[in-house]
Amino acid sequence: MTMIEALRDAMDVALERDPSVVVFGEDVGYFGGVFRCTAGLQEKYGEERVFDTPISESAIVGAAIGMAAHGMRPCVEVQFADYMYPAYDQITQEAARLRHRSNGQFTCPLVIRMPTGGGIYGGQTHSQSPEALFTHVAGLKTVVPSNPQDAKGLLIAAIEDPDPVIFLEPKRLYNGPFHGDHTGKSVSWASDARGDVREGYYKTPLGKARVTREGAAVTVLAYGTMVYVAEAAVQNSGIDAEVIDLRTLLPLDLETIVTSVEKTGRCVIVHEATKTSGFGAELIAEVQEACFYHLEAPIERVCGWDAPYPHAQEWDYFPGPDRIERALRKVLEV
Amino acid sequence: MAARKTVKKTNVSGDELKHYYREMLLIRRFEEKAGQLYGMGLIGGFCHLYIGQEAVVVGLEAAAEEGDKRITSYRDHGHMLACGMDPGGVMAELTGREGGLSKGKGGSMHMFSKEKHFYGGHGIVGAQVPLGAGLAFADKYKGNGRVTFTYFGDGAANQGQVYETFNMAALWDLPVVFVIENNQYAMGTAQARSTSTPDIYTRGEAFGIPGEAVDGMNVLSVKEAGERAVAHCRSGKGPYILEVKTYRYRGHSMSDPAKYRTREEVQRMREERDPIEQVREMLLDGKHASEDDLKAIDKDIKEIVNQAADFARASPEPALDELWTDIYAEA
Repeated sequence: MTMIEALRDAMDVALERDPSVVVFGEDVGYFGGVFRCTAGLQEKYGEERVFDTPISESAIVGAAIGMAAHGMRPCVEVQFADYMYPAYDQITQEAARLRHRSNGQFTCPLVIRMPTGGGIYGGQTHSQSPEALFTHVAGLKTVVPSNPQDAKGLLIAAIEDPDPVIFLEPKRLYNGPFHGDHTGKSVSWASDARGDVREGYYKTPLGKARVTREGAAVTVLAYGTMVYVAEAAVQNSGIDAEVIDLRTLLPLDLETIVTSVEKTGRCVIVHEATKTSGFGAELIAEVQEACFYHLEAPIERVCGWDAPYPHAQEWDYFPGPDRIERALRKVLEV
Repeated sequence: MAARKTVKKTNVSGDELKHYYREMLLIRRFEEKAGQLYGMGLIGGFCHLYIGQEAVVVGLEAAAEEGDKRITSYRDHGHMLACGMDPGGVMAELTGREGGLSKGKGGSMHMFSKEKHFYGGHGIVGAQVPLGAGLAFADKYKGNGRVTFTYFGDGAANQGQVYETFNMAALWDLPVVFVIENNQYAMGTAQARSTSTPDIYTRGEAFGIPGEAVDGMNVLSVKEAGERAVAHCRSGKGPYILEVKTYRYRGHSMSDPAKYRTREEVQRMREERDPIEQVREMLLDGKHASEDDLKAIDKDIKEIVNQAADFARASPEPALDELWTDIYAEA
């Protein structure tokens, strides 16, 4: 199953199980979504539960907050994460804080799905990775699945979660894993075990990372598309690295991270987003606070450059396996 | 200011008039007390008083039924009192105490009541408007015949998300009454200096939303218009706009130097248009009440407000660990 099909399956399961679930966004209903994530759902559940909206991100998210405060479970699609900025006020100042400022009287069980990241020649406004803008906000949860199995289980868990969840879908992974070589043949999810998605209802808990490759020499922290690029770098280098797919950024599974870094004594962090004030900075702070006396070398970050996401130089910007491999070697030199 | 559809003579009963008098007086005396406590340093930060605008919420609450919802901006004390929330709980939230309606987590601009279907108190200008449409969507989805009163000011009427919401509400026939409380000033900027259209409700025409301007200093006019709006929404015809022309006597917030309008203008409104005085006259002229009857009401209200203030001063400060509660659901 592709990640698109897995996400659709998750929404199908949620719509089937709970009549308070509704799915909406730009192009989501009749058309089935620009990436086809909601194809067929309107036919199955009707226009009342799966529907199109005007191109009005602020009001889409704002209306969803009102619905959620009044007992519904909206699952909203923002067509690209880059389009969420007009809704950022609603997300941070209304959704994230409604529970606290109402002393728990009103809550906001809302999911906002957004395709995120680059590698699809989208340029500045269709390639950004804004996860740190959400992890900075108390009251939100931020999830980034890296494969169809997790995507389905995490989305069902997000829809059932009592708090607002930002669900960032790495669009480069929609149709297959991507190991960072844009010149290579594209791989489909059919060839990867993680594309083998169980039928029916299951949840993948929020806040639990997964070790995708065990190793003893160095810990690599990654999420989304970078999980595969990191795996490719480890493969190419022959280094005995442990790769951790964070899956949820907030709440963060610090326990799994600390256990690994205490074992390896070395850590490389990889993300597509720009480096300065990126989520990697938070990870470094957490790791050094918890593992300072186990660290054998300074922690390295491999990130997008501190520049707008480029058009022509996409593959110079996108953190590829070579850059990750260099970082792995560097932390092992010390 | 335009004063249209003013209800002059009416067959309204003495009891009904007394109810309006009482409700409006409660808001006024409460806000005066809040101003005093602010001056004494017992309320900190921002505090937006509703004095002058009392007829708006009292008139519209008279048009509401059980289960109808209301959501508003930061000038919210009047809305809470008018829908029956406890004055002591409101005042204690202003003083940031444990007995406050949000246990001190919200303050003046951020209070809620599930019981009274009051969805806040929102501090960002215009941000509550799409939420109001969402509440109405949920009611329509549940098919329960309820209506949501979504209040915002003439200042918020220039926020883009208001028009995103108008479009959605009209597109989906949502049962929402958009109440534009036009108090003539967007913070410190007069309407003529900020707004291209003298009658803001006419902007609804672009979306096919009917609306009207209402004399917001006359509680009977407001109630009557509210009933028209509610009937429209409940019959499944979609949203309705009421632009209630009102006036705030006090500053935008407590630190307002009032340089943007003349004292004479404020004085003229107080003397000629005051919503409470209008009802007082109706009660006396119509022989529905004597001066003594009204004095008894005044005394009663004063007692309620004093009790609220006493509670707000006596209630303990919230425990420090409240900082960490209600951020996420308990695991």
